[in-house]
Amino acid sequence: MTGQRLMSANRAVAEAVKLSEAKVVSAYPITPQTSIVEYLSEFIAKGDMDAEFIQAESEFGAMSACIGASSVGARVFTASCSQGLALMHELNYVAAGLRLPIVMAVTNRQLSQPLGMWCDHSDAMGERDAGWIQIYVETCQEALDTVIQAFKIAEHKDVLLPVMVCFDGFILSHTSENIKIPSQEAVRKFLPAYKPDADYHTLMDTKKPLAAGGGCPPAYGTEFDFKKFEAQEKAKEVIRKVDQEFADSFGRQYGLVEAYRCDDADVVLIAMGTVVGTAKEVVDKMREEKGWPVGVLKLRSYRPFPKEDVLKATAHAKVVAVLNRAISYGVGTPVYSDVAATLYGNSHRPILLNFIAGMGGRDVTQKTIAAVFEKAKKSADTGKVESELEWADLNKALVGA
Amino acid sequence: MSKPYWTKENFPITPNIRNPGGSLCFKSGAWRTLKPVIIIEKCNKCGLCQVYCPDGVVRKRKDGTYEIDLDYCKGCGICANECPKAAIKMVVE
Repeated sequence: MTGQRLMSANRAVAEAVKLSEAKVVSAYPITPQTSIVEYLSEFIAKGDMDAEFIQAESEFGAMSACIGASSVGARVFTASCSQGLALMHELNYVAAGLRLPIVMAVTNRQLSQPLGMWCDHSDAMGERDAGWIQIYVETCQEALDTVIQAFKIAEHKDVLLPVMVCFDGFILSHTSENIKIPSQEAVRKFLPAYKPDADYHTLMDTKKPLAAGGGCPPAYGTEFDFKKFEAQEKAKEVIRKVDQEFADSFGRQYGLVEAYRCDDADVVLIAMGTVVGTAKEVVDKMREEKGWPVGVLKLRSYRPFPKEDVLKATAHAKVVAVLNRAISYGVGTPVYSDVAATLYGNSHRPILLNFIAGMGGRDVTQKTIAAVFEKAKKSADTGKVESELEWADLNKALVGA
Repeated sequence: MSKPYWTKENFPITPNIRNPGGSLCFKSGAWRTLKPVIIIEKCNKCGLCQVYCPDGVVRKRKDGTYEIDLDYCKGCGICANECPKAAIKMVVE
């Protein structure tokens, strides 16, 4: 299938995995699984995709199968989210530690309790420090494109880390867009077959046997952590390079971040995922109707965290407002903490505001975002911060806040 | 001090063991707080200490008595516990 077609992000991701010619897909098929792996199992059953589908007994089993399959040199894909991703937690560290280039689609959804099934970023934030690369996308097209890019990034010799392609549950996963589907030939040219090297990769090769996943004494552990950290740092350049190559082949480019009308902005809103699309509309309106110089910075790559790009996009801002779809209980929010850590060491330190919105599937509307900009504008004008942390869409009357 | 298993020249990206004998490089005897001492006069050469040792560090000498490789003995005391002649005692190092 090439050309253009109306499809959901779930379908788009499945098409991307097929185009990437993944050889093994392992997944647990029941809630919170999405239709991604259902489409893939259909492709494989019909013979449209030359791959092995391993139906696992749980997400723990699915990631275990992915680790095994990747260790024998297969290009591997899985998908999960929410409780399922949490069940994978232990294995996610193993996959990153063994430096296996597995790609996983995460349809960001909340974690119980409260038990819902709707969108927020709590699930992926729980895996933030596992060593995986995390890319948050804004549109269905970007989801398709990023999955293809993700294999190339993950398999790059300087990186060799698994990649999570995170996209907002329901808001993207179950919403259809007109999607451009690249041809198999073009994708194959961009992303050739995965060929691991037995002397370098974790690769089960009877000619060059190795033992993987064994013990490591304190004399060496830190050095392997350092190697992983170094790979994340190097991944920034690789993500940029792969994105450029993708643009050359397919004409679409996304970057580590996307700075939308940030150049002359007094107020820069930082956000991830679909919220960014809504925020762009609000930015346009605020500029047109009120003449306020505001902009939005989309964090596409969250791990590695694009410090340099964040500094560049906020270099002239008076106020930086961070809109989070996740909470770090007892302190604030994860993205805010990373932005604060980035700006603190810098000579230009704008006022920093921290907002929570869109938890548990609550729609982040233009009204919510406009209110965030209004608060930020007030801070820009007065130089003062009203509150350290603002719950932007909280029903304050209901909880007496 | 153990001899290095990985060096600057061969340091990999992940702790995979490519050459056999890796455990010889990690002298796990350093974990020990109590060491087993065999009282040869009491030993009846039954070999139960060797059978029960979880680390395989009890070796038979030519004369039929046993010795313990303290480079790798972790001092668990199972040999002393199993010895029917109480010929092994655990002493603080």
